[in-house]
Amino acid sequence: MAADPIAQFQIKKIVTLGHIGPYEIALTNSSLFMIGAVVVIVGFILLASSSRSLVPGRLQSVAEITYEFVAGTVRSTAGTEGMKFFPLVFSLFTFVLVLNMFGMIPGFFTVTSHIVITGVLALLVIFTVIIYGLYKNGFKFFKLFWPSGVPMFVMPMIVLIEILSFLSRPLSLSVRLFANMLAGHITIKVFASFIGLLATSLGVAGWALGILPFGMLVALTALDLLVAFLQAYVFAVLTCLYLNDAIHPGH
Amino acid sequence: MATNTTTQTQDAKPPFPPFQGETFPSQIFWLVLCFVALYVLLSRVALPRLGGAIAARNAKIEGDLEAANRLRNESEAAQATYEKSLADARAKAQAVASETQAKAASEAEAQRKQLEDGLKAKLDAAEKQIASTKTAAMSNVRGIAVDTAGLIVERLTGKAPAKPSVERAVDAALH
Repeated sequence: MAADPIAQFQIKKIVTLGHIGPYEIALTNSSLFMIGAVVVIVGFILLASSSRSLVPGRLQSVAEITYEFVAGTVRSTAGTEGMKFFPLVFSLFTFVLVLNMFGMIPGFFTVTSHIVITGVLALLVIFTVIIYGLYKNGFKFFKLFWPSGVPMFVMPMIVLIEILSFLSRPLSLSVRLFANMLAGHITIKVFASFIGLLATSLGVAGWALGILPFGMLVALTALDLLVAFLQAYVFAVLTCLYLNDAIHPGH
Repeated sequence: MATNTTTQTQDAKPPFPPFQGETFPSQIFWLVLCFVALYVLLSRVALPRLGGAIAARNAKIEGDLEAANRLRNESEAAQATYEKSLADARAKAQAVASETQAKAASEAEAQRKQLEDGLKAKLDAAEKQIASTKTAAMSNVRGIAVDTAGLIVERLTGKAPAKPSVERAVDAALH
């Protein structure tokens, strides 16, 4: 039963809140972790900035390092003009990071291992890019698909490729995060179940042999912690990169 | 065993959890709610507070650096004035010293000259006295020579010569 590596991704309904049209809206384990993430992020920053001291304490230092880290990422990839999207990128980064990290705690649910979540976040990014790009640059926004300095006879192909690559952005953005989180957690679960399997099938020898998958488990947990951070960072960087396209279209 | 397989097939029936469409509305609903709440709270409250603290610190550091720069410039200026006044004082002291020295030298020179003049006058007087003494002595020598010559001639010839002729002869011999 516990050996089922995909049981951890099951959405569990806690209470049905109502219906929007034919769709049931329920408070689920996923919802609780999302609310938890919001509380943790906002609470952390408010707590960290409560003293607002000139010489920061530990908590304030961590919050400020995160702030400067995200601000630096936005500024270096999307320019100073991109700083108006700083709150959005910061929200995305911390939200994904905290949800990923929640997933690393045993028994916790990994919200970002669901494609619908990562998909909505990716669509949010892409629609922000399209709407802001059109609002800011008008028709010039489509220069994004019309690279300069390309011979006319290959232009149709280039434009097609550019459009396809633009359309695949939300897909790659969402699938990357979703697949990484899903695969990492499945692998951890599989190796963990090996320990139990060895112990129940081989007895004492199995317990001794269990050290092998256990070692793998430790290594994989470390790797997944890295992936959890890295995917949040990649999500933020790609968001900045796409926003940069909206701010400065034309290659 | 049979029940086990039936439960397994029943378990296998629902799709992979991330693809269970009936959970999507709830997830999207809560995601939108949570993310909007997060965005609003962060952009309106939390980030301005944190960013304000950082900006305040940067401003403070910048201000402190500026003040330090200003103070350094001031101290450099003060040092320059101090060095200038020191150089002035030194030059003044040197001028006073050389002036005093020149004055002392000229005074010494005048004193020396005066002394020399006095000595020269004394020397001249002494020389004059020596000359007059010498003349007096010489005139005495003539008288003695005339007398002696008269006596010598008297003894040799037996008769006293005429005084004027003796005087003439002595004068001729003396000159």
